[in-house]
Amino acid sequence: MASNAAVLEGPKQVVSGRAGGAVARGIAIGYLSLVVLLPLAALIWSSRAEGLDSFWHQATRPEAVAALKLTLGVAAVCALVNAVAGTAIAWVLVRDRFPGKGVVDSVIDLPFALPTIVAGLTLLALYGPGGPFGFDVAFTRLGLLVALLFVTLPFVVRAVQPVLLELDTEMEEAAASLGAGSFAVFRRIVFPNLLPAILSGVALAFARAVGEFGAVVLISGNIPFKTEVSSVYIFGQLQSGNGTGAAAVSVVLLTISLGVLLLIGAFRRWRTRHDHV
Amino acid sequence: MRAIWIALLGVALLAGSASGASKGGSIDLVAYSTPKDAYGKIISAFQKTRPGNGVDVSQSYGASGDQARAVAAGQDADIVALSLDPDVNLLVGKGLVPKNWSANSHKGIVSDSVVVFVVRDGNPKKIKGWGDLIKPDVQVITPNPFTSGGARWNVMAAYGAQRRAGKSDKQAIAYLYKLFKHVPVQPDSARVALQIFAQGKGDVLLTYENEAMYAEKKGVHTQYQTPKNTLLIETPVALTKRGLKKPAAKAFYKYLWSATAQKAFADQGYRPVLKSVAKTYHFYKPAGLFTIDTTKLGLNGWVKVNKRFFHPEKGVMAKVERSIGQ
Repeated sequence: MASNAAVLEGPKQVVSGRAGGAVARGIAIGYLSLVVLLPLAALIWSSRAEGLDSFWHQATRPEAVAALKLTLGVAAVCALVNAVAGTAIAWVLVRDRFPGKGVVDSVIDLPFALPTIVAGLTLLALYGPGGPFGFDVAFTRLGLLVALLFVTLPFVVRAVQPVLLELDTEMEEAAASLGAGSFAVFRRIVFPNLLPAILSGVALAFARAVGEFGAVVLISGNIPFKTEVSSVYIFGQLQSGNGTGAAAVSVVLLTISLGVLLLIGAFRRWRTRHDHV
Repeated sequence: MRAIWIALLGVALLAGSASGASKGGSIDLVAYSTPKDAYGKIISAFQKTRPGNGVDVSQSYGASGDQARAVAAGQDADIVALSLDPDVNLLVGKGLVPKNWSANSHKGIVSDSVVVFVVRDGNPKKIKGWGDLIKPDVQVITPNPFTSGGARWNVMAAYGAQRRAGKSDKQAIAYLYKLFKHVPVQPDSARVALQIFAQGKGDVLLTYENEAMYAEKKGVHTQYQTPKNTLLIETPVALTKRGLKKPAAKAFYKYLWSATAQKAFADQGYRPVLKSVAKTYHFYKPAGLFTIDTTKLGLNGWVKVNKRFFHPEKGVMAKVERSIGQ
């Protein structure tokens, strides 16, 4: 097959489109099934083990609903803060020159390398009772947000950075020469170019915030209806031998997250629809 | 080519030495996390005895409930050491541990402890008994009983102490409602609760005596009070059906009640169950000590207690948790 394609002397893309493409597709489908789809299917399967009534009952228990609302709310706030702060950080890293920039650039990824439980412990020591700044947010919803901001920091920065690097400054200069103020330049030229990247970073940050466990289990007080997020609630149900309840809430959480991700994706495609003409 | 031969030879040598080390057989110990140091010492002492000579003990430590579920899901285990009976019973239900696992002279209990109050140095809020925990301005730290199996000991100590003081079942449950109004944080495990208390949160920490002693040893500025009425914590060990087939596992299981092993537990703050060893350690014996099987206080063993208090939906504690949040 491969040699056949070579004899045809077609353009390279055609070769990879036939033989290589099939292999890649096979790997992609096989890998995705094994690593993502099968576990998710098993989760959905186990959530309905005791019937649909039981699923609905478990998913709509007041504790579960309260935890779900809190989780989605905090994750949304976290994603929004990231959208602004992450873009600003990316901007500084690309457009500014300052000593130690390389180090700062590497530090951005540290929250990924740190086991999240260690992150929780560190934040607790800093912003908890007896912390050095006298700024005690531990065991409150604000503490929850702080922990999530920490673990989701890299997403928007790393999504926006490469786009900003590629962005031609000529357009901005042209706009400036025509009398546009710096805010107008940002709003009309830079922002529209960055928006798709910001959105994909936001989507990732949101998804991560929804599922985070390690960092929040320490810093949230785990009080039902107040500071208990879904991941901690699910953990509690598992520990108490209520596997169906845990699976039911997980499925609801996944479904809502999937919906949000699809919406963001659709919006992104709509924004970039002209790029593919 | 030569390099490959040398490498193969090396592998063969390694394999040879590995099988040589385990000529006495190997056993898998799956345990909850806090007694890790004690087991480390017990294992090296065991390997110096005749039945333990050349026996490899592979050890796994983690949260008690997680460990039980891992074994239920297929993790190899000859001996399980867990923090409370229900975790062992989970394995009985799966057919991995025989029903009569507690049928030895110590009822399968390898060490004891009691529920104590850890307070700040000098006990500034003068906390002595259970009544002091529900005074205004007192914050109590206890793990969440649904995420931490161990936290259930605290809840049952609180309930039992009320009954021991002459209160009715209804009054004792009302006490639990009041107590949990004073709990600002419910960490997911006993160790994390200690960590948070050490950070400066709360006035009292409800925990095991051995954890309180561990905190003192680690230099946390605390002291602990043993209330007059409190619950005896009993930690079980069981041989699995797999372990029953191995002479080495059976020997190790028996060794856990030897004087050497019991001393190792006592040195880590656990109350030994062997009388001859217990005599040489001076653990304070509270006047109103009761167990999870003290039926006249409404405590009818873990199976019934779990169902009544810790059912994730209908349990007493599920309702208590709901009441504090709403």
